[in-house]
Amino acid sequence: MSETFTFTVNGGEVTVEADRDTPLLYILRNDLGLRGARFGCGDGLCGACSVILDGHAIFSCDTPVWSVAGHVVETIEGLSRDGKPHPLQEVILDEQAGQCGYCLTGIVMRVKALFDENPEAGRDEVVTALERNLCRCGTQPRILRAIDAYARRVGPEAGR
Amino acid sequence: MSGHDLPEAIARHPAIDQWLGFGTDGRVDLRSGKVEIGQGINTAFIQIAADELDIDPARIDLVAGDTRTTPDEGVTAGSRSMQTGGAAVRFAASAARHALLGEAAKLLQARVEDLSVDDGRIFVEGRDSDLSYWTLAEKVDLGQEIARFARPKTPAERNLSGRRLARVDLPAKVLGRPAFVHDLAFEGMLHARVLNPPAPSARLEDLDEAAIRALAGVVAIARDGSFLAVIAESEFDAVRAAEKAGRHCAWSAAGSAPRDPIAAVDGTEAEIETGFEQGDVTACEGRRFSTTVSRPYLSHGSIGPSCAIAVWNDGRLTVHCHSQSVFPLRGSLAGVFDLDEAHIDVIHVPGAGCYGHNGADDVALDAALCARAAPGRPVRVQWSRADEFARAPLAPAMVTRATAVTGADGLITAFDVEVRSPPHNRRPGGRDAVNLVAASHLAHPLPVPPPAAGSLASGGSLDRNSVPSYAIANLRSRRRLVRDLPWRTSAMRGLGAFLNVFAIETLIDEIATELGRDPLDYRLAHAADERIRAVLRRAAELGGWPGSPKDGSALGLAYSRYKNAAAYCAVVVRVELDEDIRVTHGWAALDAGEAVNPDGIANQIEGGLVQAASWTLKEQIGFEGEAVATRDWESYPILTFAEVPETRVEIIDRPELEPLGVGEAAQGPTAAAIANALARAAGARVRALPITRDKLVSALA
Repeated sequence: MSETFTFTVNGGEVTVEADRDTPLLYILRNDLGLRGARFGCGDGLCGACSVILDGHAIFSCDTPVWSVAGHVVETIEGLSRDGKPHPLQEVILDEQAGQCGYCLTGIVMRVKALFDENPEAGRDEVVTALERNLCRCGTQPRILRAIDAYARRVGPEAGR
Repeated sequence: MSGHDLPEAIARHPAIDQWLGFGTDGRVDLRSGKVEIGQGINTAFIQIAADELDIDPARIDLVAGDTRTTPDEGVTAGSRSMQTGGAAVRFAASAARHALLGEAAKLLQARVEDLSVDDGRIFVEGRDSDLSYWTLAEKVDLGQEIARFARPKTPAERNLSGRRLARVDLPAKVLGRPAFVHDLAFEGMLHARVLNPPAPSARLEDLDEAAIRALAGVVAIARDGSFLAVIAESEFDAVRAAEKAGRHCAWSAAGSAPRDPIAAVDGTEAEIETGFEQGDVTACEGRRFSTTVSRPYLSHGSIGPSCAIAVWNDGRLTVHCHSQSVFPLRGSLAGVFDLDEAHIDVIHVPGAGCYGHNGADDVALDAALCARAAPGRPVRVQWSRADEFARAPLAPAMVTRATAVTGADGLITAFDVEVRSPPHNRRPGGRDAVNLVAASHLAHPLPVPPPAAGSLASGGSLDRNSVPSYAIANLRSRRRLVRDLPWRTSAMRGLGAFLNVFAIETLIDEIATELGRDPLDYRLAHAADERIRAVLRRAAELGGWPGSPKDGSALGLAYSRYKNAAAYCAVVVRVELDEDIRVTHGWAALDAGEAVNPDGIANQIEGGLVQAASWTLKEQIGFEGEAVATRDWESYPILTFAEVPETRVEIIDRPELEPLGVGEAAQGPTAAAIANALARAAGARVRALPITRDKLVSALA
């Protein structure tokens, strides 16, 4: 049975009609046309669907839409400013840290949430945060090098 | 690209305009039959074409793998795309350049030798002529033969080759724009989920169709024999209906299956075939060393489960999918639906990472069967993670035995390898070789063609890389193709090379250790080819070989030349043994001839190293009888961010030599290097992959 849910996505208010248990991932992709979060497992085990809810990274594939009503969701589509990629996206492109690229948007969102909360996050915090973000192409070493570069931009040493 | 031998694909698609077109807007359309599967091939092709044409690569729009418009280049596989597809692009672009310059020379009454090109503009003795490719293309018939005009640049004349060119497909993937087949959305599109049979041989004996149609949101069901799918307007309704529909289905019991799949492979009674023989391995006297190694069934495990969208309109079928082989797939779909191929369009759109024959072709048939139940409406089929483990072809289990004989000087005089494995190559091969999973579930199932294993001379399959590429006088490779196990298997990155290199390179290491020789020196003593010596030495330098093995940490080394004909790759790894086995570093040295896009090559090798480490240390498909029991990432763990090694790859560029395939080169050497490092760190060897800490502890006891 459909119900109406209102929440904030990338700074704008949206209202959707959906079954209350519909995963946020399907709402984003199919109802709102935001396909940057990818379907990977549906179990919250691979991280391809990661988005940010009230400042914390979540798996949108196992988050029902009822639970986000009234809350604030941030997706990969909300990261660019005036057509300019987010610095985290820039470092990944600079490092060419992608092969198939399917896992990347989820990883970017999870790492963004981490550094938003803790700009001083180091390698240990990064790999812990990415515990459930899988990459099958083996691009992790490049992604970690890119995140190191990002940490230098935003961390305590930045601008010195 | 040595010489001027016309690439085979050009012989089949001889006209310039089959490959290239010039718009009026300063753009170039490039068409290729080889597709992007996460390996960066699109970028390399653009680089090659831009180099031959002397234009900015950003001007090129590449269309790849579309049966409506692109050349048919078969399958994108086997690390052959640069050698074959890249060569075809080079010839086609070169022919376009020279056909257009010929016209320019006429119009300008100049000699062709006096013309030059800068980003598509034509210059006469350095002066701008007002002509460009785009103005010339309106006057020149590009339907002319490539063979007449192609004169590819010599390596020294190339400006772009060997430079880092950023991946053209990466921005959309990082910015979160629609980039995958999964992201396509058509007007009126329906969503479907397939009910995969509970076991490979289980058949749908009965179902309550009315009850399934009554499930919330279901607009149609697709059923043909044991093929069953539910179709809904909303994706979530399709997901839930598929979960509930199982209650209304009765499946026949699964067939019997061996309890130990690897023992079943090892115990095969399949006939033995000799694939290669040089000298006489049986006549060699000396000290004998032997090993028997195995690997379990593995999953491709792409992060994005297979997906396709199909639509039937007035008897015409259109399928968007991530198949590596759109033309052979079109033939197979024609076989299933008994249609003329001309009534089917198959269009490649990238999927998530593809490491071989995964579910991409199967899901295309699933979508076509679903769409038949809703004519005129596009139907999107998305496999679940469990479908991806159980419905896609598995990478086969293998057992490889290797025996070496050393002479009085300690050098190897004979090397004998025997490989046992189910088939590694069961791709759909057109109308008469359908081999799509749903085709065997239909009410009138299509026969699956008997498995075959290609000859070793053409790269082999289960026996790939079963002959060491060292200078050894007596060599033999034999194989037993196991045909009677219930699991559907096919090609995954490296095919048999992964385990065969593991067997050869761990045995050589054991021999060196036993004889008190340094494993690097011992390999060099058998390496006649300077290119082998160069990659071995370079990898050793990168990793600081031999290092100083301490309790619980050590370096390991291994080498192979993929397919004995593609890239040369040497790998050094560092392992640490603590609570668990950890590969902390991986260094690789690679010789792939001309390195067109060095960063793309390094990316492939780094990724191969990480993926192979995951196969080696973690992965194993589980079975319950005939059924695949592995359903999720908890039951099939792969290497995580916390566990991946630091990697470094160095490329030995040889611009004067033909570019060689690299995509699969690191798999075997990585596995062997890990085992060799563990042997040095722990003094024990695990021969049955995956190498877990528990197995290592047992091997020590």
